[in-house]
Amino acid sequence: MSELMSDREIDRSKMKVSDEVAIEITNMNKWYGTFHVLRDINLTVNQGERIVIAGPSGSGKSTLIRCINRLEEHQEGSIVVDGTELTSDLKNIDKIRSEVGMCFQHFNLFPHLTILENCTLAPIWVRKTPRKEAEETAMHFLEKVKIPDQALKYPGQLSGGQQQRVAIARSLCMRPRIMLFDEPTSALDPEMIKEVLDTMIELAEEGMTMLCVTHEMGFARQVANRVIFMDQGQIVEQNEPEEFFNNPKSDRTKLFLSQILGH
Amino acid sequence: MSDTSFVRTEMLPEKDPPATSVGAIGWARANLFDGWFNSVLTILSLAFIWYVLAGVIPWVFQSVWNATSLTECREIMSETWGSTHGHACWGVINDRWLQLLYGFYPPYPVTPDVNAGDGTGMLPAYFRPNLAFVLLLVAISPVLFTNLPRKLLIVSAAYPFLMPWLMWGGSIWGPVMVAAGFGIGFLAYRIVNPLAGSLTAIIAAIFVPIIWWLTLAGPVAGVLEGIVSISIPEVESRRFGGFMLSILIGVVAIGCSLPIGIFLALGRQSDLLIVKSLCVGFIEFIRGVPLITLLFVASVLLNIFLPPGTEFDIILRVLIMVTLFAAAYMAEVIRGGLAALPKGQYEGADSLGLNYWQAQRLIIMPQALKISIPGIVSTFIGVFKDTTLVSIIGLLDPLGLSNAIRADAAWNGIYWELFAFIAVLFFVFCFSMSRYSMYLERKLHTGH
Repeated sequence: MSELMSDREIDRSKMKVSDEVAIEITNMNKWYGTFHVLRDINLTVNQGERIVIAGPSGSGKSTLIRCINRLEEHQEGSIVVDGTELTSDLKNIDKIRSEVGMCFQHFNLFPHLTILENCTLAPIWVRKTPRKEAEETAMHFLEKVKIPDQALKYPGQLSGGQQQRVAIARSLCMRPRIMLFDEPTSALDPEMIKEVLDTMIELAEEGMTMLCVTHEMGFARQVANRVIFMDQGQIVEQNEPEEFFNNPKSDRTKLFLSQILGH
Repeated sequence: MSDTSFVRTEMLPEKDPPATSVGAIGWARANLFDGWFNSVLTILSLAFIWYVLAGVIPWVFQSVWNATSLTECREIMSETWGSTHGHACWGVINDRWLQLLYGFYPPYPVTPDVNAGDGTGMLPAYFRPNLAFVLLLVAISPVLFTNLPRKLLIVSAAYPFLMPWLMWGGSIWGPVMVAAGFGIGFLAYRIVNPLAGSLTAIIAAIFVPIIWWLTLAGPVAGVLEGIVSISIPEVESRRFGGFMLSILIGVVAIGCSLPIGIFLALGRQSDLLIVKSLCVGFIEFIRGVPLITLLFVASVLLNIFLPPGTEFDIILRVLIMVTLFAAAYMAEVIRGGLAALPKGQYEGADSLGLNYWQAQRLIIMPQALKISIPGIVSTFIGVFKDTTLVSIIGLLDPLGLSNAIRADAAWNGIYWELFAFIAVLFFVFCFSMSRYSMYLERKLHTGH
């Protein structure tokens, strides 16, 4: 894991956690049919926090962050994002989705649109930004993720790492206050993982609130201010990364860490 | 040093491939004479092609063009070649091609006296259907080819109202009022949407225009006609026929079935139970019934159900039935495209805050339709060829006309030439559609 850690010094000066609450999840429960997938989740995320969610597969990590922008519907409890509660009200959902960016394991870029069009689509149609301005913003963020020269290509012509960086840029074009990452590097080759993680680190350095489901423990150590460990749909342990990795409390966490860090 | 160690000291230059693997010889070797078995097959195939062409080509080209009856044809054949066998009698096409193209549509649908005499105000024969056809080409070109000026889309938008007026004639105000119905529907949506939500607005946008068409549109058109009279002579539906009729039914069914099919496919995937059941019921019912039954319903049964004295044009009834039939098939083809899209595309669109209709229009449909192009075009071609079924309910499409032509004593007994001509015309249209779909697939290909 450690070989994928960034080789540069991380600037923590802007990575400050404010008192302002970004996401508040209270007593949330979710079922898939009769299967109880998330059990009594309580989680408060402040503005500026970088949270890494880890856990074995099937533990509900992805489901949890997908509930935050209502790609999955929860049945009990409440989720409040930026002061707006997620209910079945479609207008609220679209508003929250436009303020919460999300990156997926398989990028989910739109293959029939160019990179630039991918990035300008939502600003133009959801935010009603004029096309020219949207394109300028898109180019700004594409430069930030270091692929402005690919703007007129189609996603199918890019490598996996480039596609994931485009996906990040596409989310950023909506100027989100919160970014969710659902295993952003799981589908990538090792070389490409680094370029995506570097982009995410830069984002963290600018003070973005991030929730990240990942198996990159090096990233968790370097960037996160809190690591959450989930198993069987529950939050088993959460702590600062230093404590979490060096001094895990629960047996389940110890077992998990020994398995993923042991080789 | 072990045997497995190897270091290249200089890189190899590029060489030309062997002469037997490139060029015409290489191609023939790879494709025609690759081994003794394939060589035998090639020779047998060539012999078979020769045999077929040796029969067909003399039949097509050693033929009689100038004759006014089959008997005359046969006399000429006996004189020229000594036999009536193996020669086509294209005289029937020469004699009746206008009928095969236009049916009994009057060449000058103006009262005869206007055209008689000095010829002032005279238009070329079949001016109206020809103009409608040319405008059709203009109207579909910006839809088919995106690099044409977008202003042409105005013609495309006006065409559905202009075409019936040109073909059937009458007052311009009728089609204008029908068009106004769409504007009224749009207005209803804009007014109701902020007041009562989008679902109510959509329902209003559907029902307000229907009420308008059923009640007010007719009288308003009458009043306007009274004020400013713009009308051209009417042509009755029973005079329509030939390829004109096939193209008319085909184009309307193709043009309307695609949007209806899209909405049916979306409805079938909807979470709203009633919408979903209606769509599933409609699709399964229409697909479970042969087109001929629907056409019979259109031609016979509707008259029984409708109040006595209702004038409901036979061509309009057929158009509706063929369109609904095509739409049900289209819906299933498009559903196939929707099912082939990865779930991530919906999630990508959702996560950016696009609402349902934006996501459908910008993300889902462009991709689903692209995947479905081969299926959609197959359905189009099928529908276009199915238009020949209307001959069974007595409309004079080319096949119906071929019977009518044979009923004439002069051409009694002529089959091949008529069918060959009809087949060639259908082939031209169907083949163009098929080529266009391949062009479109290539153009929309965005992968490597």
